[in-house]
Amino acid sequence: MQRLLSSEFVHNYRHNIPAVLGSLLVLAFAFLAIFGPLLVWQDPYDVSQLELMDSFKPPVWLEGGHPRYLLGTDGQGRDVLASIIYGARISAFIGIAAMACSCVIGTILGLISGYYGGMLDAVIMRVADIQLSFPSMLIALFLMSAFGNGIGMILIALTAVGWVVYARTVRGSTLSEIQKEYIQAARVAGLSDTEIIRRHVLPNVLTPLIVVSTIQVGSFILIEASLSFLGVGVPITEPSLGLLVKEGFDVLFSGIWWTSAFPGLFIMFLVFGINLFGDFLRDELNPRLR
Amino acid sequence: MAEPLLDLRELQTHFQTFGGLVKAVDGVSFNVKAGEIVGLVGESGGGKSVIGFSILGLVDPPGRIAGGEIRFDGRDISKLGEREMRNVRGRDIAMVFQDPMTSLNPVYTIGRQMDEVLRLHTNLDEAARRIRCIRMLEDVGISGAESRLDAYPHQFSGGMRQRVVIAIALLAGSRLIIADEPTTALDVTVQSQILKLMRRQVQETGAAMILITHDLAVVSEMADRVVVLYCGKVVERGLTEEVIRSPAHPYTRGLLDSIPRITDRQRRLRQIPGTVPDIRTLGAGCSFRGRCAHAQPLCAERSPELAPVRGSLDAACHFPLQETL
Repeated sequence: MQRLLSSEFVHNYRHNIPAVLGSLLVLAFAFLAIFGPLLVWQDPYDVSQLELMDSFKPPVWLEGGHPRYLLGTDGQGRDVLASIIYGARISAFIGIAAMACSCVIGTILGLISGYYGGMLDAVIMRVADIQLSFPSMLIALFLMSAFGNGIGMILIALTAVGWVVYARTVRGSTLSEIQKEYIQAARVAGLSDTEIIRRHVLPNVLTPLIVVSTIQVGSFILIEASLSFLGVGVPITEPSLGLLVKEGFDVLFSGIWWTSAFPGLFIMFLVFGINLFGDFLRDELNPRLR
Repeated sequence: MAEPLLDLRELQTHFQTFGGLVKAVDGVSFNVKAGEIVGLVGESGGGKSVIGFSILGLVDPPGRIAGGEIRFDGRDISKLGEREMRNVRGRDIAMVFQDPMTSLNPVYTIGRQMDEVLRLHTNLDEAARRIRCIRMLEDVGISGAESRLDAYPHQFSGGMRQRVVIAIALLAGSRLIIADEPTTALDVTVQSQILKLMRRQVQETGAAMILITHDLAVVSEMADRVVVLYCGKVVERGLTEEVIRSPAHPYTRGLLDSIPRITDRQRRLRQIPGTVPDIRTLGAGCSFRGRCAHAQPLCAERSPELAPVRGSLDAACHFPLQETL
């Protein structure tokens, strides 16, 4: 622990204000997502706790605001703050789960592609190229509208979009790793290909994946929010942040701005924090930028 | 006389490339007896390393072993399947590589990398494996071996790493060690330490060693016998002493002439004129004739066969040299 604290990494982190800011933002959001339900008094999806009389209450600092509803309420009398906290859990879950799925699938395909080369490599990489020639939103939108919505479908759509980045990153590092003699040495020592890939190649290609993964969580949260806003994302029973923005958007021009603005701001700061921290990791862990 | 440990017979390793068929190893025969060090000499692209990888069955496509036999301990290992071959690698035959900077995996401690070999090829339990690793590290001259087991490769210097690599190669008790330019990447002072170490280990364990190098000085210090390769063919072979003292092939002579000698400071170093010809367009005749000072019309017509010249020397030359250096 002492060694970690005095390391160059920690030193650089302390002197990088955006990185500290970003990670504090991420930590705050993580705290809210995990413990948030204990902090707010209302479960916005438990109908028995809703008070229809309290619908469209403005935030507390405006005229007509009520101290129980810090950020106001929506049309069903749901506390906007409580909705955001519950919605953030869903958004974060989707972002992280989609990142994990695409990381696993992309990494495996990238390892295979880089290690074996040949036909297999050509096929995997051409599929990746084709996919990269379409905007990822378009692919996700197409998949969602073709095969229906729901959290499971979103995960599949985001994985289908996200594996490419991992596969290409991993393939690149694999190609440079297998040139090194320790891979030859492992072959000479009598290890099989799968053992070499798992025990020798994989640990050496992981570092860039940390960076990619951080950035990916942010962009997955954004894509999911966009999909939900367009109405092909999560179902109404499991509203993510994007769906909250969409619901609030319907009444935005009636002057009720707080139901969509606050979830929107929340998404913005969340992704902003993730990206700040991701950029710091990229600068730290990528030897070419140093 | 006992059967040699390794017996290469007319080995052919070919690479199919867009530019044509490359015969990187073209009918190479030599043998290695237990407890013996055989030097494999030649310049870059001469097929030295390919022979090493052929023995281990690790020639990557588009290369393949096109003919000949690799008899190890009486059986032809070039015909073994991948699964059987994996048991030969690491256990019977080990390899030491050129670049100690990249031949250890940077993410594992050296203890773990040593342990991997033992776990794969022996039935020892964890404690016994650890003891063996420590012994081996001490044998190769690493002090504080026990604590060094938990160190990572980047905490070692180049020479120390090469010692570790050698320790790993010797760990499973391999009977043949292929050392591919083991000292090329090291300082001259470290070089001689490592060479002495390898020589001692071979003598103590009775293992055999193939020493692949382009450096005749290293060979003369280390090897019992020398095999000189040019364009994938053996041009000369024999006891080291005789090859160094009275080479029969002009190519060997050229290599020897390009080494500085401390006793003969006035002499200008002579180099072999020209470069290695494109191996795909060799055609008939001796492949060295274009660079040879003694070339005759016959050399362009017929390719010379490897034949006994004198003593232990075999050379592939129509007009073998007679003089003594």
